[in-house]
Amino acid sequence: MMDADGPVAAAIAWWVSIEDYLPSFLDAAWLAFQLTLVIIGLTWVFGLVVALAKTSRYRVIRWPAELYVWFIRGTPTLIQVFIFYFGLPQIDIRMSPFAAGCLALGLNGGAYVAEIIRGGLLAIPKGQMESAIALGMSPWTAMGRIILPQAIRIIIPPLTNEAATTLKNTSLLSTITLVELTLHAQLIIAATYRPFDFYIIAAILYLIMTSVLTQIAAWLERRYQLRY
Amino acid sequence: MSAMAGGGDPLLRVRDLRKSFGVHEVLADISLDVARGEVIAIIGASGSGKSTLLRCLNLLERPSGGEIFYAGEPVDWRRPPGFFGDPAVQRLRTRIGMVFQSYNLWPHMTVLENVIEAPMRVKGLPRREAEERATYLLGRIGLAAKRDQHPFTLSGGQQQRVAIVRALAMEPEAMLFDEVTSALDPELVGEVLDLMASLAVDGMTMLVVTHEMDFAREVSTRTIFIDAGRIAEQGPSVEVLERPVNERTRRFLDRVLHRRGGVDREAAVDDGR
Ligand SMILES: Nc1ncnc2c1ncn2[C@@H]1O[C@H](COP(=O)(O)OP(=O)(O)OP(=O)(O)O)[C@@H](O)[C@H]1O
Ligand SMILES: [Mg+2]
Repeated sequence: MMDADGPVAAAIAWWVSIEDYLPSFLDAAWLAFQLTLVIIGLTWVFGLVVALAKTSRYRVIRWPAELYVWFIRGTPTLIQVFIFYFGLPQIDIRMSPFAAGCLALGLNGGAYVAEIIRGGLLAIPKGQMESAIALGMSPWTAMGRIILPQAIRIIIPPLTNEAATTLKNTSLLSTITLVELTLHAQLIIAATYRPFDFYIIAAILYLIMTSVLTQIAAWLERRYQLRY
Repeated sequence: MSAMAGGGDPLLRVRDLRKSFGVHEVLADISLDVARGEVIAIIGASGSGKSTLLRCLNLLERPSGGEIFYAGEPVDWRRPPGFFGDPAVQRLRTRIGMVFQSYNLWPHMTVLENVIEAPMRVKGLPRREAEERATYLLGRIGLAAKRDQHPFTLSGGQQQRVAIVRALAMEPEAMLFDEVTSALDPELVGEVLDLMASLAVDGMTMLVVTHEMDFAREVSTRTIFIDAGRIAEQGPSVEVLERPVNERTRRFLDRVLHRRGGVDREAAVDDGR
């Protein structure tokens, strides 16, 4: 049987050797994706609050927001994750790895999202707010009805980038016992001694997920573009 | 809209209004009574404080001193605006409309949405009623057919007239106009001034910052000349514009009128010699 030594046969043999591991990799990828969705939601909430706080005219509101952004942007993400999972229990704040991971990366991304949103808000001409205010709108109504809907168009593309970064950052959570895609790959590799194969598999799964996110964002962008 | 100037309390009373930005004093001791139905033109050089005066009247800018009374009620500008804005100030703004040089229409909304937004969100008008009113007003300026288009598809003159209608939809008692034709191509100025003139005829109380001296002369009842943050001269428009008493008014008018109808005036001067 000549074929047994050919490249096609080699490929088939390789496929058979990893096929059994795929379902567990898909499960791990699904966990990573769920983490990403939760964290993205958190980054938007934190980001919006902090962006508004940073543009506030009150120093007591502005100052903590600036401190937060300064800290997040100036320290390694991994250290922030460690503080939440390993650090907080020392002062008797205990969380599951999932909760700690979501909070840490949520707060981390929130600082970057805040800057993105703030940039979007600042890009709207001052007259837009003024004409709303001059008609008797409260500043909050004007923000929600006039400013944010316009800022969204500017914000969506960089927010997409940030979502992809969040997805990739979830691999940091492998260090706090969350068996997401990266840690799962490591565990399989420890048992099989096949790091090349399985890291490549993990990378491909990450690639598929970031592509899905980018597609969703592209669709959103088209939708908001069409509105005016 | 039918109340004409006459006896009774003035609609707007301003006493010793001051405004500084830091150490830079922009308005000093402005006192002014505006009767219902009065149309006042405010003229003056760039930087003299005309916009700041208008913006103090609806508290887009917080004064630094003085008193403002609107319809007999004192306007409390000293209270710091709270976290959620100041309801009393917001109510005042629903009664005083303002139109800006740069239209400031909202680009993400259609013309109709621009006009119904504040009546619905601020006054709580049901959509049907708000749309009826908006359609009527847009019809009045001949733009009913554009109601579902976005502002940027309109000419500057059309946009500015929509901005005026947007303010009118709140049924204000008075209107502030801040150089509303200055950003327009010359051939579009007329349609906006015509609309303003028709409002004046209807009895709207108007404060109009303008460089259009013809409009000031023909439509406004009174002209105020502001110089370096003070009212340097005021009186019936024809008087102020044609026989200014103040030396600075005279020099300002010379400069403005010279620039506009330059050729005619120069010819007239030559003939005189
Ligand atoms: N927000 C502000 N901060 C600091 N200075 C300001 C501010 N707004 C206005 N000024 C200053 O106040 C002065 C008066 O400005 P204002 O806009 O009222 O003039 P204006 O008469 O409307 O001029 P123009 O004809 O150019 O519109 C100017 O010297 C201006 O630089
Ligand atoms: Mg001005």
